[in-house]
Amino acid sequence: MAILVDENTKILVQGITGSFGGRHAQLSLDYGTKLVAGVTPGKGGQKFADTVPIFDTVGQAVAETGATVSTIFVPPPFAADAILEAVDAGVELVVAITEGIPVMDMMKVRAAMVGTKTRLIGPNCPGIVTPGTGENSHGGCRIGIAPGYIHKRGKVGVVSRSGTLTYEAVYQLTSLGLGQSTCVGIGGDPINGTSHLDIMKMFNEDPETEAIIMIGEIGGTAEEEAAAWAKEHCKKPIAGFIAGATAPPGRRMGHAGAIVSGGKGTAEAKITAMRDAGIEVADNPSDMGAALVRAMG
Amino acid sequence: MNIHEYQAKELFEKFGVATPKGKVADTAEEARAAAAELGDEIVVKAQVHAGGRGKGTFKNGFQGGVHVVKNADEAADVASKMLGQTLVTHQTGEEGKLVSKVMVADAVDIEKEYYLAILMDRESRSPVIVASTEGGVNIEEVAEHTPEKIHNEVIHPLLGLQPYEIRNLSAKLGFSGDTAKQFGGLLKSLYNLFISCDCSMVEVNPLVTTPDGRVMALDAKFDFDDNALYRHPEIAALHDPTEEDPREVEAAKFDLNYIGLDGNIACLVNGAGLAMATMDIIKQSGGEPANFLDVGGGATQEQVRNAFKIILSDPNVKGILVNIFGGIMDCDVIAKGIVAACGEVDLNIPLVVRLEGNNVAAGKATLASSDVNLIAADTLADAAQKAVAAIAV
Repeated sequence: MAILVDENTKILVQGITGSFGGRHAQLSLDYGTKLVAGVTPGKGGQKFADTVPIFDTVGQAVAETGATVSTIFVPPPFAADAILEAVDAGVELVVAITEGIPVMDMMKVRAAMVGTKTRLIGPNCPGIVTPGTGENSHGGCRIGIAPGYIHKRGKVGVVSRSGTLTYEAVYQLTSLGLGQSTCVGIGGDPINGTSHLDIMKMFNEDPETEAIIMIGEIGGTAEEEAAAWAKEHCKKPIAGFIAGATAPPGRRMGHAGAIVSGGKGTAEAKITAMRDAGIEVADNPSDMGAALVRAMG
Repeated sequence: MNIHEYQAKELFEKFGVATPKGKVADTAEEARAAAAELGDEIVVKAQVHAGGRGKGTFKNGFQGGVHVVKNADEAADVASKMLGQTLVTHQTGEEGKLVSKVMVADAVDIEKEYYLAILMDRESRSPVIVASTEGGVNIEEVAEHTPEKIHNEVIHPLLGLQPYEIRNLSAKLGFSGDTAKQFGGLLKSLYNLFISCDCSMVEVNPLVTTPDGRVMALDAKFDFDDNALYRHPEIAALHDPTEEDPREVEAAKFDLNYIGLDGNIACLVNGAGLAMATMDIIKQSGGEPANFLDVGGGATQEQVRNAFKIILSDPNVKGILVNIFGGIMDCDVIAKGIVAACGEVDLNIPLVVRLEGNNVAAGKATLASSDVNLIAADTLADAAQKAVAAIAV
């Protein structure tokens, strides 16, 4: 099982001919992911890495290859349009890696997606990895920019806003011999497609996932909402970590959404809500893997 | 990104948001000319981003960054005492801010003050209009003590501001007749400005009614979405780098995300989440972080070199902690960047390095074989403890 994607999921990449998109598309191919199509307007008919067909539109790519997931590597000015194109083509899942999309664009995209069957992950996120069973987790589904080799197939679900902090957690888990069912980076922007809570619900329902790590950071109230839900409904042990306790109020800490404003979105409030929900909150980022072990008892 | 009051006024004029007549002046003579076109009560305001201007003091002894004067000569006199001088307010710190422009505007008779703001709300993923009959004061206090006096209207992202929403707000603020009509026009223009310029917030405090029946925006605070500045060169041009920490301005040139803090342990990290977590663990280990610095997921040797120069330009820095989790990024690239940087700057403070991830063995070997004097650490916790211990010696 796993959530969202597995080793059989067919993915396409919008922006596959850009340097960033191309590099990570190649890494996904190397990981053994079923990357079946690329989309770059005006480059239809060409091939990526001599094997992956490139199409002018997402609609063509989906019709020809049966891809059900699109990854967005398109630059910020064109990213909202690219997401909407993928939604219109009827893909089940859009994973937007692009950092720096204007908030108003995302506001409109989210409003336009209401009533469609597509789920959006991101933007400004590292993507999704469902590790494979091969050496260094080869053979899994790697969507986005995470380093594949740090993963290991297993039973821990990981959800996080941040990229490197996710890698840090995954690395600790793998080092402790704990594999992952699926690792999802939901992104550091103020308006994103999928929340901590959405992913927690999926992990809760997923038979393969036996424990969950939820990593958050300052800004907004998404972690509090997920914690409140988990307190009532989550059947599985949860560990967590919140970054940004020392961030000065009113300053954006790198991520567009990482800001304490008007007294809202503090690390303290999130940690309190998580502890109140019985979540084992790691004292520091070196302690995330160990915190999960404690949570699992 | 923030802008000056006079720039906000110019935006209001461009979008038809009613605001008192006025002009910006660079010199006392310009202030005189601007005042000559105005009425017999004129306000002269020093243009700095910091709040608390009215109660501030100039380093030349002149009291107050906001003055009401009666004529052009007085306006010129006040302007001459502000321009080229440094204003210290409770928000500027002791060093104060150099005033290079003043705004000269009609002082308006106020009947009543209101509060009006539009902001991008992450929970509803929509613009939200916030209005209150309690203007001219700290709105957060109003929200805390008398939340019933705060009125919100959530605007549909695709439909935009609807006439009924304007009527709702107008009624809640107690406007009727011509006042309601003027308020409606102002709100429509303000919403148009908010959307057209990709604002993340525009706050009018106070919005005022005057004894002669006008509704106008007296003061405004803007915040723009930095991610959208590429499509608003006219807004980006309003950026005043002298209002920012020079180290942050310098870092931005190299695509580095740097925020200066008050501590003495500098950190250099890849990824915003990990950078925040690194600051947290320094504090938890008994130290104080000197900065937030995210070199990004794909940092180059050149960026690492420049990052070192920037963190070392902070005189408070007594030690450096480098924390890199090389996912895709090659740890050896970072290691070479560190060696190159240390070769250029005369590093005489402790440097703690924690490298993990892709090609870490080569990275550690590069560091070990160089003549850079550093303290190696295995985990982030270990690195933070070593950094705190190193500066305590």
